[in-house]
Amino acid sequence: MHELLEFRNVTKTYSRGLLTRTSTTALHSVSLKLTQEEPTIVAIAGESGSGKTTLAMLLLGFIPPTTGQIFYKGQNINHLQGEERMTFRREVQAVFQDPFAVFNPFYTVDHLLSVPINRFKLAKSKQEARQKMEDSLAAVGLRPEDILGRFPHQLSGGQRQRINVARALLLKPRLLVADEPVSMVDASLRATILETLSNLQKNFGVSILYITHDLTTAYHIAKSIIVLYRGSVMEAGDIDAVIKSPQHPYTRLLIDSIPWPDIKRRWGETAIKARESELSEKHNGCRFLTRCPFAMEKCTTEPPLFRLKAYQAASCYLHEQNPSIEPDKLSELLPR
Amino acid sequence: MFSQSSLTLHDTYSLSDVTMKPVLEVVNLQVSYYTDAGRARALDGVSLSLNAGEKLGLVGESGSGKSTMALAMTRMIKPPGRIEGGQVIVDGTDLVTLPDEQMLKARLSKIAYIPQGAMNSLNPVMRIGAQMMDAIRAHDRTLPKSEMQEYCLQALESVDLKREVFRMYAHELSGGMKQRVCIAIGILLRPKVIIADEPTSALDVVTQRQVMETIDRVQKDIGAAVILIGHDMGLMAQFVDKVAVLYTGRLMELSTVADMFTDPKHPYAQALINSLPNLDNKGVFQGIPGIAPALMRLPSGCTFHPRCSRVMDECKVKRPTPSTLSNNHVVECYLYSDKA
Repeated sequence: MHELLEFRNVTKTYSRGLLTRTSTTALHSVSLKLTQEEPTIVAIAGESGSGKTTLAMLLLGFIPPTTGQIFYKGQNINHLQGEERMTFRREVQAVFQDPFAVFNPFYTVDHLLSVPINRFKLAKSKQEARQKMEDSLAAVGLRPEDILGRFPHQLSGGQRQRINVARALLLKPRLLVADEPVSMVDASLRATILETLSNLQKNFGVSILYITHDLTTAYHIAKSIIVLYRGSVMEAGDIDAVIKSPQHPYTRLLIDSIPWPDIKRRWGETAIKARESELSEKHNGCRFLTRCPFAMEKCTTEPPLFRLKAYQAASCYLHEQNPSIEPDKLSELLPR
Repeated sequence: MFSQSSLTLHDTYSLSDVTMKPVLEVVNLQVSYYTDAGRARALDGVSLSLNAGEKLGLVGESGSGKSTMALAMTRMIKPPGRIEGGQVIVDGTDLVTLPDEQMLKARLSKIAYIPQGAMNSLNPVMRIGAQMMDAIRAHDRTLPKSEMQEYCLQALESVDLKREVFRMYAHELSGGMKQRVCIAIGILLRPKVIIADEPTSALDVVTQRQVMETIDRVQKDIGAAVILIGHDMGLMAQFVDKVAVLYTGRLMELSTVADMFTDPKHPYAQALINSLPNLDNKGVFQGIPGIAPALMRLPSGCTFHPRCSRVMDECKVKRPTPSTLSNNHVVECYLYSDKA
């Protein structure tokens, strides 16, 4: 059986300029596998510019990779046609960051939900379509009679975001890409949306890629995590291990900067080094080098992933006493 | 104030200046918006006070009146909104009754407002320096240009930006840098009160921490009181001294940050604290049931009663009066009305 999803050494480079081409590597040789048998939730974390949204766009087939291939059930997603393309479009769904921008203010919610039903011919009659809409709304914890027939401006951000999840659910997806689904929702409503996503995985067998910069919510929902910085994997593994004992200096900085809602857990003492400097783009070494407090001579060549435990690895020479693993074995680090 | 050129932004406040006379007092502030569908009471009798150097966090869901509060304090409520009553006393002056002319002068010199998404408010075709000088010129036309420039450069340095930023344009700066420019503009005239409306909502955690640490440092330098508006309780726990919880324009609870996180009183505050993800409660999702009511159709009595887990009969009839418990802990709930 083919993997549900496979990234094979995927690199994405954006270049600009006609005469002097400058390029930015948004994603640097990432390999990742998700199996069909065991649905899981993987968090992709990193700050802005780390390549996490590029990863989502590649996966949804919106942009082609510069090198490497992406396979969905054994098929390269950039060469899908006809029937197979429709299946891919149906089975891979997305929930985006902004619950306000994805709704057309002129239509009621019914429209948003019925478009995919018609497009993919999911229902034979109007009653069946209506029934499907009601079922999926109920599955995300909304009462259909409160929602159907309403306009987007009559709904709260939390309700809208759950409608987006319901829309995705309608299509019985196998894979859901959630790109910062709670960052624009009130803190008091975040918990409900996270719970909805978590139930989706448990009850409907949907694998979820949870893309975020917020490690607190990632910790609560995901099973494993991949930390990206400027397109490269810094640390990966079991989410408990990574969050509770981060091993890469970058992950430590990230976790140190989380404002925990706990007065006993203060922001860390580690000073933050100023962001980019001029030489940052010029070398092929560790992407974090210019900000790293432990930077060494050899960091100018790219460190491989060093495996610290069965389910944790960090791409940093501080851990070079541990065995290194090939980048395409990344998925072995992620518990299911 | 500009004639004393010996004064620098890095002057630290002597302790005697930070005596316990509140620098900001908000008394029974009332704001309504008049729409075709009726009157929406966006703020309904909010009172609080703040000492110099204190940091207050104002939290609440969207639509709870947080931003209205900031706008009302700086008198920037636009029609159909109106301040209908109450006082905002900054450093002994009531801003609500101040003539417009003087209010213009008071903004930035007494009370500064860093709006939500402030970094998008910078003019893309003006250099950063020119925008900063604009702000000073609006308050003092007589100041020589070189002196104005020196003020701006000092302000930029105090938020950890290089002096070169003065000659740059907004597009040359990153999000965090733009936000720090806005903070620099905010503190130019050494205001007594700084209001920051979700200053870090679009920034990632590392930049967020940098920006918050900058605000923390400059507010200590100039001894200003800070009001931080937001819904991120984590940020509040890390940054503020006091927390005020707003719900449908009413102040439900006001207490020190330690009390708020260890012993919240109001059922809404309790639910809010419990809904927070933490390290110890993995996989437990506790949202607050129901949704916030529309301001036009507020429930009778206590506006939280339809969502409250400990609702009583009287809650549905009459709005509770605020009770002050020990340690200046103010809570508007019948559960505590006899314990005051």
